[in-house]
This record gives sequence, C-alpha cells and structure tokens, in this order.
Amino acid sequence: MKKFIIKRLLISAVLLVLVAFIIYVLMRCLPTSYLEEVARAKSMQPGSKSFEEWMQQLSATYGMDKGIIPGFIDWCGRTLRGDFGDSWKWTVPVVDKFHDAIWISFAMGAVAFLLEILIAIPLGIIAATKQYSRTDYTITIIALACFSLPTFFFASLLKLLFCVKLGWFDLGGLIGRNYEQLSSLGQLADKTHHLVLPIITLVVISIGSLMRYTRTNMLEVLNADYIRTARAKGLSESKVIYHHAFRNTLIPLVTMLGGSLPGLFSGALITETLYAIPGIGYVSYQSMIAGDIPFSMFYMVFLAILTLLGNLISDILYAVVDPRVRIA
Amino acid sequence: MSELEKNTNAPENQEKEQFSLNDDRRVKTLSPGALVVRRFIRNRVAVTGTIILIAMFLFSFVGGLITPYREDQLFYRTTQQNKQYAAVKENTEFRYVTATKDSFPSVAQAKFVIARKTGKTSFEGKKGTTYTYEEIGEDFCVIYEDGKEDPVAFATYDTVSSVTSDGEVAFDLQCEILQAIAVGEDSFTLDGVEYTVAEDGSIYKGTEEVAYASRFIVQAIMSDVFLTRTFKEELVTSIQDGNMDFVFTDEDGTEASYTVTYDAASKSYAVLQTVETKVFDTYSAPSKEHWLGTDRNGMDMLTRLMYGGRVSLYIGFIVVIIETVLGVILGGLAGYCGGWVDNLIMRIVDVFYCIPSMPLIIILGAAMDAMRIDPQIRMFYLMLILGFLGWPGVARLVRGQILSLREQEFMTAAEATGVRASRRIFRHLIPNVIPQLIVTMTMSLGSTIITEATLSFLGLGVKFPFASWGNIINDVNDTYVLTNFWFIWIPAGICLLATVLAFNLVGDGLRDAFDPKMKR
Repeated sequence: MKKFIIKRLLISAVLLVLVAFIIYVLMRCLPTSYLEEVARAKSMQPGSKSFEEWMQQLSATYGMDKGIIPGFIDWCGRTLRGDFGDSWKWTVPVVDKFHDAIWISFAMGAVAFLLEILIAIPLGIIAATKQYSRTDYTITIIALACFSLPTFFFASLLKLLFCVKLGWFDLGGLIGRNYEQLSSLGQLADKTHHLVLPIITLVVISIGSLMRYTRTNMLEVLNADYIRTARAKGLSESKVIYHHAFRNTLIPLVTMLGGSLPGLFSGALITETLYAIPGIGYVSYQSMIAGDIPFSMFYMVFLAILTLLGNLISDILYAVVDPRVRIA
Repeated sequence: MSELEKNTNAPENQEKEQFSLNDDRRVKTLSPGALVVRRFIRNRVAVTGTIILIAMFLFSFVGGLITPYREDQLFYRTTQQNKQYAAVKENTEFRYVTATKDSFPSVAQAKFVIARKTGKTSFEGKKGTTYTYEEIGEDFCVIYEDGKEDPVAFATYDTVSSVTSDGEVAFDLQCEILQAIAVGEDSFTLDGVEYTVAEDGSIYKGTEEVAYASRFIVQAIMSDVFLTRTFKEELVTSIQDGNMDFVFTDEDGTEASYTVTYDAASKSYAVLQTVETKVFDTYSAPSKEHWLGTDRNGMDMLTRLMYGGRVSLYIGFIVVIIETVLGVILGGLAGYCGGWVDNLIMRIVDVFYCIPSMPLIIILGAAMDAMRIDPQIRMFYLMLILGFLGWPGVARLVRGQILSLREQEFMTAAEATGVRASRRIFRHLIPNVIPQLIVTMTMSLGSTIITEATLSFLGLGVKFPFASWGNIINDVNDTYVLTNFWFIWIPAGICLLATVLAFNLVGDGLRDAFDPKMKR
C-alpha cells in the first residue's frame, strides 16, 4: 500500500511538471498581456519613455525577458520555495489574494456538497429500487434536466424570480449595503444570506450526475446474486435494500465522493462569476481576462494539483473500502 | 408499457399453433440492429427526446430558410424626439456692448455695477483708466472713458438685433436706438439719416426696417439655424402669455410645433422642437412582425434564435467529430498495440486530464479578444480548441473497450480461424466499440453545446454578428433586460435546455437499447 502511494505520488509529480510546463508555454505565447496594457498606459503619460522601453523594463522586472525553458526552470524554482510572485491585476502577492478568496469558495463548495449528497443519494436509491415506475421516470428526468441545465440560464432565472420579482436576495455580491454597520453575527448572517442563491445553483447543477451515478450502481448491486439470496432467505425488503444493497453501493459512491473532495477548493468559476461572489473562481476569472500571468498560472497549477489529488484519493479509497481490491 | 408488449406478443402466440415446435419460422428473427431500434422505440422518454431533437433541427436549419428576415437584418422605428431648438431668456441684468474689443473689460464692468449701486458717477478700471457713466434710462447707461468723447461702451437690458440673418447693427446705431427707447423718443438722426422707432421696438430707416430692440434674448441652439424676427416675437408673446406649447407657421406655410420648458435655475426657457427620428428598433415587445420581439441591436429575435441554433448545433457536431476521430485513432492504437505505445498515449491522456480546460479556454478566449480575431475564424478556433481538449475521454473509453474485447473468446476464435488482423479490427473489434461510442458522442454533444453556450455567454465564444444561444442570453448581464425583457433571454434558454436535455435523453435511451442484457 505504502509502495503504491509513493509510486502514484511520483507519477503525479511528473504529470504535474508536464502540465505546468504546457500551461507555462501557453501563457508565455499569449500575444497580449497585462504588461502590454500597463506599458501602453505608462507610455501615454506626458514626458514618458516609449512603449518599447517600458515593455523592456517591465519584462525584465517580471522575469518575462528570459527564454521559455529558462523561464520555466526559474518559475519552478520559485514555486518550490512557495513564491508564486505578485499578481499583476491585484498588485498583491498571489498567495495573499488566494488566501482572501479561497475560504469563501470552500464554504460554498462544502455546503453545496453536503446538500448534494443528502438529496441525490436517497433519490438515486429510491429510483433504483422502484425501477421503471413513475417515480423512477420522474427522478431520472429531473436528474437529466438538472444535468442539462446551463448554469448561467438557471442563475438568471433564479435572479429574476427571487431577486427581482420577490426581492428576497441581492442580485450579486457577497455583502449587503449596510454590512459595515452590522454586528459580527449580523455580518455572518448577511454573508450567508448572499450565498443562498449561489449554493442553490451549485446544488441543482451538480445533483443530476450524482443521482444517476447512485441509481446505476444501486441497480447493479440489486441484480447481484447475493441480493437474490437475501431475498430467498425471506429477509424483509427494507433489510435487503438498506443492509445488503446500500452498503455495497457505498463502495463506488465513497470512492467517487472522496475523489471529488479536493474539488471543493477549486471554486465555482461560472457560478461565482454570475453572482459576483469574490471567491477563487471569480477572482481567477478576472485575472485571466486581464491577462495576469502569475495568478492564472498559479490557479491552473492549483487546479491540476487538485485533480491529481482527487484521482489519488479515489484510488486509495477504492482499495480501502472494497476488501476485494488488493494493490500489489 | 407492459400492455404494448402483450400486443406484440399476441400474433406470435397465434403463429405458435400453426408451426411445429422446431420449425424455424416459429421464431421471428430480428437482426441485432433491428432489436436495438425496437428497444429504443419502446423507450418513451428516448422517443420524446428524439422528437425534441428533430423539432430543434427543423427549427434551426429549416426555420432559417423560412423566416423572411436575415440573421443580421436591422429594423428601425420612428420616434418623436424632443430636440433643443432655441433658448429664450428675459434679460434681468446688464449686458454690455463695447465699441471695440477689450475697450471695456470685465473688471471694469464689475466696477461699474458697484459704482452704480453706491451712486458714484465715475469709477476706475484696470491700468488706472477712469470711466464715467451717464444714466439715460433706468436700464440703459452709456459709459465714457476719461479723455475720450465717444462712448466706449453701454450697459443695457434691451438688445438690438438686425432683421437680416447676417447683418450687424453698428455700435453707434445701437447706442442711439437704445437711447431713443430709454428716453421715449420715436425718432432720431444719425449721420444725417433719419430713423424711426416703432412702439413694438422696430427701427425703420425711412420705411425699411433695419433692426429691432427686445428685452428677450432668443438664441438658436444650432449655429446654422437663423431665427426670424416673427418667430422670435411670436415665441416671446406666447411665453409671456404663459403658453407652454407653441405652434409656428413660417412664410412657406409649414407648421412646426414646439414645447417650451422653464428652467428656474438659469431663469431661461428652453424651446424643444419635436422631430421624427429614425432609431434602431431595440427591445421591442413581441408583435405580429417580430414574434419574439427584437434584440439590443434591433434584429428579429426569432430569426436570431434560429441562426443561433444552427451555430450551436454546428459547433457541437464538429467538436464531437474532432474529438471522436482523435480519440478513436489514439485510443485504438493504444488498446491494440499495447506496450510502449499504450504507455505513451495513456500518459498523454493523463496530462490532458489534468489541464483545467475551462480556465484554459477562458484565457485563450481573452487572448483572441485582444488580437481582435475575425468572428468567423474565431469560431473555427473555438471548435478546434474544444475538440482538442475533449479527445482524451474518448481515447480512454476506446482503449478500455478494446482491451477487454481483445481477451474475449470470440477474438481468440477469430484469430484461430485465421482471420487477418485488419479484418479482426474492423469487423470484430470496432463494431463492438461503436455502441458505446455512439452513446458517449450523443451525451458529449449536449455537454459541448453547454460549454460553447457558457463561453458565448461570458463573451468569449461565438461573437457578434453571429448568433448563438449563449450570446443571445448574454444580454441578461444588463439587469434592465433581465427584469423587463423576458422575450430576449428566456426563449434562448429554453431552446438550449431542450436541446441538451434531448441529447441526454436520446443518449440514455441508446445506452439502454444497445445493452443486450436489458430485460425489456
């Protein structure tokens, strides 16, 4: 087991370097960036140096004048020391900005994740146990509809209904207008209030696939021989389903859910942008649009790490949860 | 559903009586393909999905041909717009008219006001010049500079204007006219010419009218408009009567109506002319001509929706074809060759899996924005990028399938009977992968359309002038549109949802239909 983990970690590290290199090359090849914008603005000022001179100076300051390979090696070296440079757009160290933004994203993701599990798994199991019934069809269609719903359209509908027609929530943002005057408890309540719609959006959008996954796996288990045996023994249907079938369905479920745990940190790029929640997704979106290389670079590598970590966790969990799996 | 099955079984039961038990005709044989079709048709949900899809295809591809409008046809409407035409001000303070430029600067003007208030008759201007003034009437003073005989300026409430558009009234003449009015004379002589002043302020040189004096200043807003005297007079009378609407008929007999508004802060009247202006017919509500109204640019919404569907479906299909071709080739190679080829391709797949695709596409989109790439070329790039990022999933699927199929008995049998390798691949392996592939392709069509729509919504995908369902919904970023113009974005959203849902339903139905173990 230890050997397996070490081997996987090493492979992941190699993959990560490759991915980082590809991203770095892409970022460096971009024809335009924030630097050019800054240089253009600075060269516009009266009595200033020319655009080319500014560009040279800025490139030197930000280490963009090196070739791609030395630049990448340099970037790797600094990254290993935990130095991701300063964000161009936010004019603070990348790590500081990341600290500001990540927790709100995590809170949002975690609540959505819990709700998703609480809603999707029971519904999936009900659908499987009543296969081909009206309930099953309804649940399947709802799941597929949620799965097919474009985030931005759903968010717009929610906004129209709850923000405009009913006026229950603000259209966007994390804090209300009188946030500063509230007590600390009131501030927390204010933030929670602003997060309701984004969390609903996240849950509805992602509930479909989990529901279908649960249903498929539950169906597979229900067709297994030991379930027939359990029924033949004369066990009650509830015992068959909740003791024999459900526990076995948990194997793929736990593996998948465990694998998606790191994803809680990745932020919801689209949802956060739609509701203007200053989480990691929205912050990165703004950075990427502005051509802020250090921040985009950091965010993409961060996402790659999360993906690798997710795969690793689900592989390990697979071995841990299912006693039939043995890792050599 | 079960009733349907009974019905189809009924004829078979009858046949059973006619044929002996081991007669082949007793069993109705169906090819695997026909079985799949039969299972698919029995799935009501999947059939509904197919119907929606067909409807969407007809709507997008045929609808574009039927609609009377073009994709980017603009519509106009005429509106009544009030344009500032003139300004009227009743003079309530002294205006200064100077003999030559700078002969009576503003500093001196201020000093004059003070001197007049304090009752002095002389005052000092800049550079030590001393001025004296003569108060002829309550609202008319003539100002002399010390040591000069002729007046340098005069201060007045009334203004003298020429009757012709480009004529100017000489300083001396103005001075004499105003003096005559202030004193109450009805005629005066200047340079040997006799002028008469009428009661209404008109000044005649003999019988010809040359100028007129008025307390109201009427100015045109546009420099190329000359306001005739009659117009000015009628306007002033109308304002003095307290009418806020003013209709003027000029010499040619054309009638124009004006609205007068009073601005208390500047104590002036603004005269607005109502003009018919042609503007883009933006955000007009659904009507007979435009069933879903018009959009921000004044284009027919329904037509945009049809063309948008075309773009969304095109992009979906091309992206899926690109990723399937790449995926099948590379996945097939990996699965069939095994060894280092398999290892290499699978590592590439791993790397691609790690690359966060959405951020990458956003960055590329922003870069294309900066490069101002032509919208059409941009669309091709978008397809290539999406296709290139999507193939690893297909490759993994194909490889997995081929690996498991390779080990099965029928492949051993095929090898043992001496079937050559190419035939084994194309006749035995590939057909077995295709069902899975079709299901994945159908499902990923839906997700590709969503991805494209999301990008277009963010303004990074399909760009104007091309329509796409995503960039049609983009308008809701404007809260006013979100609140007031449902017909702009809700139909596009419903089209999008229906199409993606239909693709998923069909994919789901196909998966069930292709599965021979399915009991129904």
